[in-house]
Amino acid sequence: MAGPNGAKRKELRVVGKPHRKVDADAKVTGQTKYADDLFFPRMLHTKILRSTIPHGLILKIDTSRAESHPGVKVVLLGKDLPIPYGALPVSEDEHPLAIGKVRMMGDPVAAIAALDEDVATEALDLIDVEYERLPAISSIQGALDTPEPRIHEYGEYGNVHRRQVYEFGDVDAGFAEADFVREDITFYEGSTHLAMEQHASVAQFGHDGKLTLWTCTQDPHYLHRSLAKVLELPQNRVRVIATTNGGGFGGKCDPFAHEIIVSKLAMMTGRPVKICLTREEVFYCHRGRHPVLMSTRTGFKKDGTITAMHHRTFLDGGAYGGHGVASTFYTGVLQPTTYEIKRYKFEAVRVFTNKAPCGPKRGHGTPQPRFAQEIQMDKIAETLAIDPAELRKKHLLPSNSLTVNWLRVGTMGLGKCIDKVVEGSSWKEKFRKLPYGKGIGIACSGYMTGAGTPIYWNKMPHSGVQLKLDRSGLVTVFCGSTEIGQGSDSILAYIVAEVLGIHPFDIRVVTADTDLTPVDLGSYSSRVTLMTGNAAIQAAERAKQMLVPVVSEKLEVPADRLLFADRRVFDRENPEKGMTFIEAVWLAESKLGTLGTVGSYTPPATPGKFKGSTVGPSPAYSYTAAVAEVEVNPETGIVVVPRIWIGHDIGQCINPVLAIGQIEGSVYMGLGEALMEEMTYRGNRNVIHKFPSFLEYKSPTTMEMCDVITYLIEDQDSNGPFGAKEAGQGPQLPVPPAIANAIYDAVGVRIDEVPITPDKVLKAIRAKAKGQEGRYGPTVFPHCDMPASIFVPTPGEGGDGKAVERQPVLA
Amino acid sequence: MEPTRKKSQGKLAKAHISLRVNGEPVEVAFAPHKTLLEVLREDLALTGTKHGCELGECGCCAVLLDGRPVLSCLALGVAAEGHEVTTVEGMADGAKLHPLQEAFAELGAAQCGYCTPGLLLTARVLLEETPLPSREQIKEALAGNICRCTGYIKIFEAVELAAARMAGKPTEPSNESIYGRP
Repeated sequence: MAGPNGAKRKELRVVGKPHRKVDADAKVTGQTKYADDLFFPRMLHTKILRSTIPHGLILKIDTSRAESHPGVKVVLLGKDLPIPYGALPVSEDEHPLAIGKVRMMGDPVAAIAALDEDVATEALDLIDVEYERLPAISSIQGALDTPEPRIHEYGEYGNVHRRQVYEFGDVDAGFAEADFVREDITFYEGSTHLAMEQHASVAQFGHDGKLTLWTCTQDPHYLHRSLAKVLELPQNRVRVIATTNGGGFGGKCDPFAHEIIVSKLAMMTGRPVKICLTREEVFYCHRGRHPVLMSTRTGFKKDGTITAMHHRTFLDGGAYGGHGVASTFYTGVLQPTTYEIKRYKFEAVRVFTNKAPCGPKRGHGTPQPRFAQEIQMDKIAETLAIDPAELRKKHLLPSNSLTVNWLRVGTMGLGKCIDKVVEGSSWKEKFRKLPYGKGIGIACSGYMTGAGTPIYWNKMPHSGVQLKLDRSGLVTVFCGSTEIGQGSDSILAYIVAEVLGIHPFDIRVVTADTDLTPVDLGSYSSRVTLMTGNAAIQAAERAKQMLVPVVSEKLEVPADRLLFADRRVFDRENPEKGMTFIEAVWLAESKLGTLGTVGSYTPPATPGKFKGSTVGPSPAYSYTAAVAEVEVNPETGIVVVPRIWIGHDIGQCINPVLAIGQIEGSVYMGLGEALMEEMTYRGNRNVIHKFPSFLEYKSPTTMEMCDVITYLIEDQDSNGPFGAKEAGQGPQLPVPPAIANAIYDAVGVRIDEVPITPDKVLKAIRAKAKGQEGRYGPTVFPHCDMPASIFVPTPGEGGDGKAVERQPVLA
Repeated sequence: MEPTRKKSQGKLAKAHISLRVNGEPVEVAFAPHKTLLEVLREDLALTGTKHGCELGECGCCAVLLDGRPVLSCLALGVAAEGHEVTTVEGMADGAKLHPLQEAFAELGAAQCGYCTPGLLLTARVLLEETPLPSREQIKEALAGNICRCTGYIKIFEAVELAAARMAGKPTEPSNESIYGRP
């Protein structure tokens, strides 16, 4: 089939092949430099004093003893950095160090720069802080019940940070058309990224007034802006170099207090200043999965047609805004991307609590509602006595369509994904047929390939690439994208190599340096392959267009017959006639001068025109289906997952072995969230994390990891580079609900919340044995006064994407 | 010597030890309370050894002490006196990668790469003791090394690939591990 950019799939020479990553050899030999591996002469070390109470006023800080401690250079306080910042312009509610008030255990209060880490640690004990405690909030209900004292002075009211209500079509009319209506209340516990690398940063400030920060950030561009703002430096005096991230998963997207602190300390001391957080501090930095309580009310016909869905969410945001407003949207906006939903209403409330702030973690806000939706689909299938795989297939959103909430979906390969996992798992022979204790379950999902809009409003490209062609034959790719382990550096090399007909290792990749590389918005929202890939294609095609006329003239071959492949440029019809790529570069440089090009990418305009329609649109959506097999011990409640089959519609693999790595990693993280991972806190008084350590925060080891059988579905999307869509986040989404559905198949109980720990399974089994409902999960959904909906007629009802004044339909 | 520290009175005399690191004799002086991890990274500039918790919980900092895997964050530097330490920097044979390193690179078993050094060294000991381990034996041997990126599958496959090659069987990765199931 003909792909985008004129490339025919069978002609691809690099794309789609399992090439080694450009950084693989450095990583297996220990040569890759992560932030904490950087050492500079005269470097100072920083430690941060953190709040020991969850909520309170700072009455007094005495730093005199710390300041006179030998080896201490500077003690920094909140008043030294008065300008607030935050990941989103709508919630800039953080300061690098607390000013007057602490909002959570672990809030930064003071920072020390000293000759070494030990001295800095000793000096922390010499800072005296006097607090006045304020009542602390540790739950969603607590936040709703406790309007005063407010954790922040902004937001909707009390401790409600954000409320959103959207209605696409008249849902009441939709429910009236339904044969059945069911409502399920579900809960998805918070979890953290637990990247192996502890956050680390090194700052240096030169006598030329220029700041350089090496740091393990996923989003150097956004950090660049925050640093300039808080430090009151012109942006062109700030350079952020994102070091290779030792894992990100969304946990290194926010601008962090410690990054600003070491920068300020470098400015004050004129010396390089380093910080590396302890693992405990990383737990309190968090920005991970929001705990979300959900109510999903769905009306459906006897054939399974979904006539209406009313989906409500409450997010426990923790102590700060961060990306939370976006997270709030994501707990609902992608629900309509998998199945046809005729009318959809979505209400969301995010509250502040005195806990570590939540934010973007793999799947950003969408694993929670997917869990709610997909376990409900299983229940609907049972009500209708339709096989749950069949039910899903019957009601798929068509390719090239608009969802009820105005998202434009291109290719949609979910049906093929379902077919593969159903066939591979022998679903039909197993579902409802396995012996008690063994079960099988299915779930599906869709995810975005890059956010359609940037975090701050602007009309500039989301991704830029520069190419330099050297006489040696080396091509250098400059791009602001950040390698977090997903292979983004390699993707650039593969794509440029494909277009120019050279080998990926003929390319040097320079990335994530705000002084040297054109802006890329960052490694979030599964945007990098699509956006940098398209920018790289444009830059490489332009380079090709510089070479083509020169070579064509020299060889006397028409330009359209020239092929770039195998490090040569030659006549497609007479391959003998040609020259090496290096000769072509020499020829072009002789004629045109130094060779370089640029390319950039901006996502298409979003079809929705209502307020808030900018969250959810994406150039392309990936799709995934998963079947999980479980073994449940009814005596202990222990759930073992031996195997998961997963089919993922990736559009086009740029590198299949890396794509499978992303999918297997997603299954792993989904397994952890399904069965064991949880950020939980002790009581209301101190709201201290129960287990901020690798040992006690349970995550799957080699012993718990399941077998994974992966099917790659290549349904090329015209918006993706060579048709590619994402693979890093979407495949996690169906895993927890597939496991929950399999548990029901195994032992007949519904566990409507994650993590599905043995105690919950046992409680449900015992309740069922007593003749009660065989279920574990929340039963009460809180009340919150909501504003009027933003009402948008659906595309099917002839809407134009704009919100309208509500016309009452039903009396 | 009791390595107690007097606060604000400067440091205790440095410990001075001789050991072998990656096959070469090394002498190094450092504050006596430092862990082997800190000595390797800060005093010998061998930053290939990583840390994820500094509490012995994650496996990132595994190195070999006389050929046995140890968590360098839990070992004192002074305990390495007279011993042989192997770090990831010492795994390759000159310019030639160890078969485990080759296999990890080939299969994308190093994503972010942060847990990779500890895993490679631990797997190396496994293959020395059990040249052709079963999947279960690999899982058990690597159970103390947490990896958050890969889901371990590519790591298992890489260890199996390296084991086969080290046993003299020229082996390529299976089609399924590279392209998925058809």
